[in-house]
Amino acid sequence: MTALAQAQLEVRGLTKHFPAGEGVLGRGSWVHAADDVSFVLRPGTVTALVGESGSGKSTVARLLARLYDPTAGEVLFDGKDISRVRGRRDILRYRSEVQMIFQDPFGSLNPVKTVRYHLARPLLIHGRVPRAGVDERIEQLLETVGLTPASNYLAKYPHELSGGQRQRVAIARALAVEPSVIIADEPISMLDVSIRIGILNLMLDLKERERLAFLYVTHDLASARYVADTVIVMYAGQIVEQGPVEQVLQEPLHPYTRLLLASVPDPSIAERAPITVLKGRASAAVDPPEGCRFFERCPLRLDICSDVTPELVESRPEQSARCHVTAPSSTLREDLHVEPVQ
Amino acid sequence: MTAPVEESKLVPASERETLLELRNLAVAYGDVRAVDGVNLSISAGEILGLAGESGCGKSTIANAIMQILRPPAHIAGGSVLFRGEDIVARSTEELRRYRWQNVSMVFQSAMNALNPVMRVGEQFVDMMQAHERISKRDALKRAGELFELVGIDPRRTRAYPHQLSGGMRQRVVIGMALALEPELVIMDEPTTALDVVVQREILQQLQDLQRELGFAILFITHDLSLLFEFAHRVAIMYAGEIVEQAAAAHLREHARHPYTLGLMHSFPPLTGPVVRMTGIPGAPPNLASPPEGCRFNPRCPHCDPAADRELFDLQTSVRPLLREVEAGHTVACHLVEREL
Repeated sequence: MTALAQAQLEVRGLTKHFPAGEGVLGRGSWVHAADDVSFVLRPGTVTALVGESGSGKSTVARLLARLYDPTAGEVLFDGKDISRVRGRRDILRYRSEVQMIFQDPFGSLNPVKTVRYHLARPLLIHGRVPRAGVDERIEQLLETVGLTPASNYLAKYPHELSGGQRQRVAIARALAVEPSVIIADEPISMLDVSIRIGILNLMLDLKERERLAFLYVTHDLASARYVADTVIVMYAGQIVEQGPVEQVLQEPLHPYTRLLLASVPDPSIAERAPITVLKGRASAAVDPPEGCRFFERCPLRLDICSDVTPELVESRPEQSARCHVTAPSSTLREDLHVEPVQ
Repeated sequence: MTAPVEESKLVPASERETLLELRNLAVAYGDVRAVDGVNLSISAGEILGLAGESGCGKSTIANAIMQILRPPAHIAGGSVLFRGEDIVARSTEELRRYRWQNVSMVFQSAMNALNPVMRVGEQFVDMMQAHERISKRDALKRAGELFELVGIDPRRTRAYPHQLSGGMRQRVVIGMALALEPELVIMDEPTTALDVVVQREILQQLQDLQRELGFAILFITHDLSLLFEFAHRVAIMYAGEIVEQAAAAHLREHARHPYTLGLMHSFPPLTGPVVRMTGIPGAPPNLASPPEGCRFNPRCPHCDPAADRELFDLQTSVRPLLREVEAGHTVACHLVEREL
């Protein structure tokens, strides 16, 4: 089973703090965009990284793509920490293994270059095929992403393609260097509704056929459920819950996951209870004090929640949450006499 | 979110007063018809959802109702009737009164439309003084009341836009749209840029306000699943035309148009089995040269010359008209029409 497969990419205690804009005279606020984030990506699986804007999910994606240096923690690729690698060759090698797809297929393609150019470039830079084999490989790539017949697309410019076709070109470009990991940052959120499923299906096909490991970064729980095997929920820079996608969505542990689920429009539910949201700090990730970052908005909070930062506790098999109430640590369970919610 | 307004279920749509009516409306950008022969009506106190993909003409309809089309966009035919009166030919002064007082609009990412260097309360004052004789002090007081109405601390009228979160800015804009107590509020993707939790909070609040104050809403979005929860009635638009229209609860169960069905199968569910979905093959047409006949025919799973030559000829040569398949449920589809 996939769970036993070797981890392709492992993230351990990944942390990134940004200086906050405020405090010109050195008040020195810090945004904890990612705090102690750990997970593994395995071949042939899709891991969804879910959260609202400002939760830190894109920061994590960018740390994996080596667009930022982490404040602390490690990114292990095939067991080697690459988070602080500086040499151009090492970075190039890592990037050929870990590719990124961005949200905006309009912005990520060069408007004055053809499809052929976009796909030939990575092949030549990374020297994946001999010069003579480039055209054949490009056609193969276009077919892999469902742009057939390839000859129809080679000479096209981005503006001649629809949004979905553009995103397929971006995916083909990522595949050109034969990566083992793809980080897809909101790859469908800017596409028309009717073609989103097509891109998600392509991810599923690639996961199965090419045994790729995907990190699918999204704010959309329904699409996460559709493609992912595992889901990671982030709030204010921390992982608050993770586990098998079906288990987490059907029986969420963390109150924030529950709030998210109660908020998503779902046509299969005719009537639903209104949600109540407690007001909290606008950004719980700025200079977070000790305690749970969801404390102010949490309907289940206890006194301890504002004093002690909860750990990520595995409270059901493979499913863990960062919550004193629903996933208390064993020491806390004895001290407080709280029982985990089943 | 709770179910749509109870009273509206008791009063059939046909017996409620028609507020706004579009008759055979056509809007063109130069030669391209972005909206082509649309008939649509909104009753007093009704929430009508208008769903479709980008470029289908749904925002153009909103702009036509507000009479804020910018050249080269122009009304190429048909009429926009507000309480039976055509507003297309109205003078600038008449339109000034019509906007905000009769019909107001919340734009897509309206939260970014606030003036960044002006306190939000002042922006309320500006807007109100442009429409009625009111002292600055009274206008500010009214702004405070409206802030409370949309769930913001009235003291925040002194805030600048950047001091408010995205959700709060969007609430401010909704409060502004309600300031002059319009009978119809047009909302073009009002919550698309917001996080889901904030989106749901705002929709809940909007629903409460709508029940309390009784204004009608034209709610425009690409998110059909949201409309099924929020709207009383839903119209589906494709390539400049309305292709299906019905009560929200009815459409959810009994949609007939292949495009509507395709859209519904484009939203993966959060519950129930996870099955492989297909979405809709292809992409929406270029409206500079729309397909002959039914505009959906290149993407339609039922348009196949091998399966049914006669139907195929019809689909590729004759534009289907909206036909009533059941009371209050209209569909523009040759296949459905043949099955009647």
